Formats: sequence, C-alpha cells, structure tokens
Amino acid sequence: MRTINTLIIVVVALFLSAFSPPDKFNDGYEVGDKATDFELKNVDGNTVSLSDYKDAKGFLVIFTCNSCPYARAYEDRIIALDKKYKEKGVPVIAINPNNPEVQPKDSFEEMKVRAANKGFTFPYLLDEGQEIFPVYGAQRTPHCFLLEKTDEGNIVKYIGAVDDNYQDADDVEVTYVEDAINAMLDNKEIEIKNTKAIGCSIKV
Amino acid sequence: MKWIIVVTSLCFVVGCKSEKTEDKSFVLSEFSEVQPMNIIEAENFSIPVYDFDGFEKLMNNNKDKTYVVNFWATWCKPCVNELPYFEQLYTEYKKEGVEVILVSLDFPKKVNEILIPFLEEKKLNSNVVLLDDPKQNHWIPKVDKDWSGAIPATVIINENKRSFYEKSFTFIELEDEVKDFIK
Repeated sequence: MRTINTLIIVVVALFLSAFSPPDKFNDGYEVGDKATDFELKNVDGNTVSLSDYKDAKGFLVIFTCNSCPYARAYEDRIIALDKKYKEKGVPVIAINPNNPEVQPKDSFEEMKVRAANKGFTFPYLLDEGQEIFPVYGAQRTPHCFLLEKTDEGNIVKYIGAVDDNYQDADDVEVTYVEDAINAMLDNKEIEIKNTKAIGCSIKV
Repeated sequence: MKWIIVVTSLCFVVGCKSEKTEDKSFVLSEFSEVQPMNIIEAENFSIPVYDFDGFEKLMNNNKDKTYVVNFWATWCKPCVNELPYFEQLYTEYKKEGVEVILVSLDFPKKVNEILIPFLEEKKLNSNVVLLDDPKQNHWIPKVDKDWSGAIPATVIINENKRSFYEKSFTFIELEDEVKDFIK
C-alpha cells in the first residue's frame, strides 16, 4: 500500500512538472516575495540602488513614464507621497520601464526634462535594457510596488495603484498606497495588498 | 457570468441599430432600460457614457451574435494602431453576426477636446461607448480576473465561448481568434 502511495505521488509529481507553464518564474512578484535590488541610471546622471539608502525602512518603487496620461495624472500625487514618506524612511523610487526606441517621449533626455519641469523630488530611473520591470512583474504605468526593508531583504508588501481615483485626487476614497505604508510602518497587517487599475501597457 | 449577460445584452441593443436607423447615431440608449449616465452628442454621432454597473445592467441577450469588445483610449498608441483591424473585422464579418464594440477609457474631462475630434476624423463604423468609472479596482476583475488593467485589452464572446486577451492584435491574429467563435 505504501509503495502504491509513493508511486502515485511520484507519478503526480512528474505529471505536474511536465505541465507546469514554462514562464512560471517570469510572472513577477507577489506580496511576500523578496524584491531584487538594481543599479539604474538616474536623471541626475548618477546610478541608484536600493542598497544606497542605508537608513530606509522601505521603498515605494513606482514604474511610471512621461508618455502615459494615467502616469501623468498621478505625478503630483507621487511627489506628495515622496515628500510625506521620505522623512519617515520610505522614499519613492520611480522607474521608467518603456523602451525609448518604441516610445521616444520616454527617452532618457525627455525624462530629464519631465523631472525638471515637474520638480521630481525622487530619483527617476531608466530601466535600460528593460531587465528590471519584468522581474518585478510591472504590467503597466503607473504600477506601484511597496517594499519593506528587513534583515532578509526587501519584501514586497503591496502591489497596485496609488489610490482609487485616477481622474480626480479630490474624489479619492481609498488611498491604497498611503494606507499600506502607514500599516507597514506601524507593523500592522496591510488590509488591501493588491489593486488593479487601468494603465498604459509597457512599451517593449 | 454577469459579464456575459452584460456583453450580450449590450450587443443585442447595439445589434438593433442597423435595422432601425439610417443615420450614424449610436442609439444604444433607445433600446435599453438602463439609461446611460450621459450621452455625448457630436455632429454625426453620439456616444453613450456608462459606469460599470450601468454597463453591467444592460440586460438582454442575443444568442446569434459574437461580440468583440475592445478596451482602448485615444492616448494609447498600440490601441489606436490596432483600431483599423477591429474596423476591418467588423466590415468583413458583420454578415456572420460579429459585432465590434469599442469601449473608450478616455478621460471623461477630455472627451470634447480629444475623443470627439478623434472619432470625427477616423469615422469609425464600430460602436463606441465611453466607460467612465474611476473605481477600477472594482470593475477590472469583473471583466477578467487575469486582467492587469493595461490596455489594449479585448474580450471575444458568444453563447458558447469567451476569451480574454491582454495584448495587441494584428488583423490576421484577430481574424483567427474570431473564426474560432463563428465556425
């Protein structure tokens, strides 16, 4: 009986392994996963890594860009988030995931212009070679990943939208990202860990 | 399931258009008990505006048709690039009972400034509706649980089959998918 059980388990395991999708590991992060660090070029000419921030408690990594109207609708709110939470140890790190050859408005030069015009208070990095956004699993702009810095690395705590109203900051009812950061800093359970929103597809 | 009802009902309503009117007005509202939140009137057409609940309540069904529902916006370059394929699909497969519905996710505040001139210029034959519902986290999963929210995105649906695509189409790819539904 025991051997039969073992045999069944082996057969099932073989079956499952044979049919598991090949892109299983390319689907990006889920809440609870450890997020990779990176070394990307900032609009100020320096490179930025998460490990540069010795005193940070976490990071709000936002994949965003110049060209997407949804991303632009959130720029002021992202600046406000950075100002509010940088001093609490959770700075915004913005990454442009788009291929500038496909969307010239998202070239490094244009990023510099946009960052200067809007007065970005946070790094605005180019995902050169587009290697980082697929690892995170960013699917659109804007797409937020809240990370908590722990002894085991940077752990993903929230994935999704900034808040629940892209059209008008005054009509926002749920501030997803703020709620998540506040809970994280208070060592409380984050209530809403994943949200969906319309956004621009990432240009590859 | 709800979504199926929505789309089929929406389309039933839309389907009546051709037999009913000669002008280019989009007359969805005339046939629906669910009033759109708003109807945007332009010179040669009108666009009904729905929130998702309204969109969902359009109760009816037309089992003979296959519906191709494309989520797009004027600001979405790959969406605009593929619109001609949806138009071509509609033109070539209308006779086979294929309806194309272009669900615009343009910013409602920019409709007069951007969407209307765009539609005037493109002279689209497919039906255009505006989905004005900022509570996206509520309705995106109702369209499809796997949809990240990126556009373009398309649902093809009839009484037997339903598929969701978060991708751009070429005409050939679109035609291949639709052929699976009408064979």
